[in-house]
Amino acid sequence: MILLRLIASLTLTILVVSPATAQLVSSVPEITAFDTPDDAGGSITVTWPPADHVPPATVYRIYLAESSAGPFHLAAEIDAGTSFQSEDTAVFGFAEENANRHFAHVKSYAGDNGESSTDMVTGRPYFVRLVVRSPSGELRGAVTTAVEAEQNYFKWSKLNNFLLGTVFSIIIMLSIALARRRELYIRRIPGLEAMDEALGRATEMGRAVLFIHGLRDMAQIPTIAAVNILSRVARRTADFDAKLRVTNVDPIVMSVSQETVKEAYLEAGRPDAFNPDDVFVVATDQFSYAAAVQGIMLRERPAAHIMMGGFFAEALLFAETGAQTGAIQIAGTDSYTQLPFFITTCDYTLMGEELYAASAYLSREPRLLGSLKGQDIGKAIFLVVLIAGVVLATLDVSFLSQAFTAR
Amino acid sequence: MIFLRRTFPLILAFVVGVIGILVFYVPHSVAQALERDLAKWFMIIAAFAYFLGLYSLMTLHWTRVRARQPGWGYSLVAYLSFAVMVVFIVYNDGHGPFHAQAEAGGYQWLYLNVYVPCTSSMFSILAFFIASAAYRTFRARSPEAALLLLAGLIVMLGRVPIGAYISDVIPDAAQWLMAVPNMAAKRGILLGVSLGAIATSLRIIFGIERAYLGGGEE
Repeated sequence: MILLRLIASLTLTILVVSPATAQLVSSVPEITAFDTPDDAGGSITVTWPPADHVPPATVYRIYLAESSAGPFHLAAEIDAGTSFQSEDTAVFGFAEENANRHFAHVKSYAGDNGESSTDMVTGRPYFVRLVVRSPSGELRGAVTTAVEAEQNYFKWSKLNNFLLGTVFSIIIMLSIALARRRELYIRRIPGLEAMDEALGRATEMGRAVLFIHGLRDMAQIPTIAAVNILSRVARRTADFDAKLRVTNVDPIVMSVSQETVKEAYLEAGRPDAFNPDDVFVVATDQFSYAAAVQGIMLRERPAAHIMMGGFFAEALLFAETGAQTGAIQIAGTDSYTQLPFFITTCDYTLMGEELYAASAYLSREPRLLGSLKGQDIGKAIFLVVLIAGVVLATLDVSFLSQAFTAR
Repeated sequence: MIFLRRTFPLILAFVVGVIGILVFYVPHSVAQALERDLAKWFMIIAAFAYFLGLYSLMTLHWTRVRARQPGWGYSLVAYLSFAVMVVFIVYNDGHGPFHAQAEAGGYQWLYLNVYVPCTSSMFSILAFFIASAAYRTFRARSPEAALLLLAGLIVMLGRVPIGAYISDVIPDAAQWLMAVPNMAAKRGILLGVSLGAIATSLRIIFGIERAYLGGGEE
């Protein structure tokens, strides 16, 4: 019985092939089908080598069925000469042979009427068949064993990211632990050293200090760093009895800033000096915010402007207007597109990570300083890897650059 | 009270921070659904927070009007503008506020013909500010300033047709300056910022950094 079925399938294979195709594509490549990795299920991946003697306009068709006997439904159509494994390094990596294997990620197949689409079901077994179709006919391959789409629990393509993050986190935590035992040297950051000078100047002139938040919301790191700096600035203005005005574009940032300034004034023993109306939202839109802050600068003439956070095009509007009023300006941002504007118009600028380091620098708290040391160790490691990677890449050795490639 | 003001927020920051890291590496549908829910909760909180922002804005302008502070007339304009927009949103070309805003309604007209030109005008002021900042900054007082001036000149000329008219080398030099030293500096800053972000995130997740809660680290 089995022998009869084999003879029948071979005969069927031969009958659908016209003499013209038989001379060109002699056999259907053997396919490999498996669950697509690093996903939430509902997808399988099929790979196969190119067929022999592929004529122009040849396509590969992937068919799926829930039973080995069929019916098979069209799931994907790949033109010959396209869709190689080397195009998807996240799944297949960087092996050289990837340039010689086709692939298809299959998530659905045509319905019974040929028009609608049916999604694959996670956990259900499917049988896969490859068909080579050329202008002169088509060649059907063997049916694979059953393959199931599964939900995965870890993105293995992000393993290098996970390991690097873990290593750096351990370095930072160890540095924090080490900082409690010995004093750490932190280089001088002029912008932060000048904070007291700016606040003192405002106190002597009897004018306000204007703290300007960036456009990012409270979930962003630069805004959190800015609030940390605001806490220190508020404590100083409470000590110096200077007026502090804080402008915000985001209501949540405003709420956090109000609480931060209030606590700082409480700590300084000056709860009476705190006015919640001095921490306010001027606008919730970029250029409305810019116009409002410029107006405050020109009308109220604060003696010091402290601009901290994530900024965009409004950065130059703030800084240039402030420069024209003669105020001392200290800016800090991680937005590298705005750094040149701040550097050219402000008296002091905190560049990138200096903004994040401000809280540790101003408080001098050992645990915070330890995290800065951990960052420096991480940068030293990056420096070594960069130099080694450049040398190896020049020598056409690519394993190091591949290891650090985001997939 | 200390638990609600200090301990509970720290626990919450730790739990949500760890979840946020884990869902990045876990593709399972449960993790992805949790990530989507967290994002929705954040948007809901942000939407409620807008009422706080509105109250703050209205209070700010009312204080100015009441005290007749310099520029209080503009605060009246802010109130009037707010009232006019609310009227048009509620009227919505006769459909009421619970339908999508009408394409030909007053709100859309005000947005396209008043608000957008105003923001465009603010954006365009940048051109003049760049010129005034450049005039003040680009003076060759030191070797570094001279180098900055030369590089700025090459890049500006390389971006306009007259640069190519003067010499074919200028556009190529401008392209090289942007693609090599500028890109290297940008990447260096990004590397430092990324490591700083990791360190800051760890400090917040593990409760080492607490200034954002208000007050000191205690």
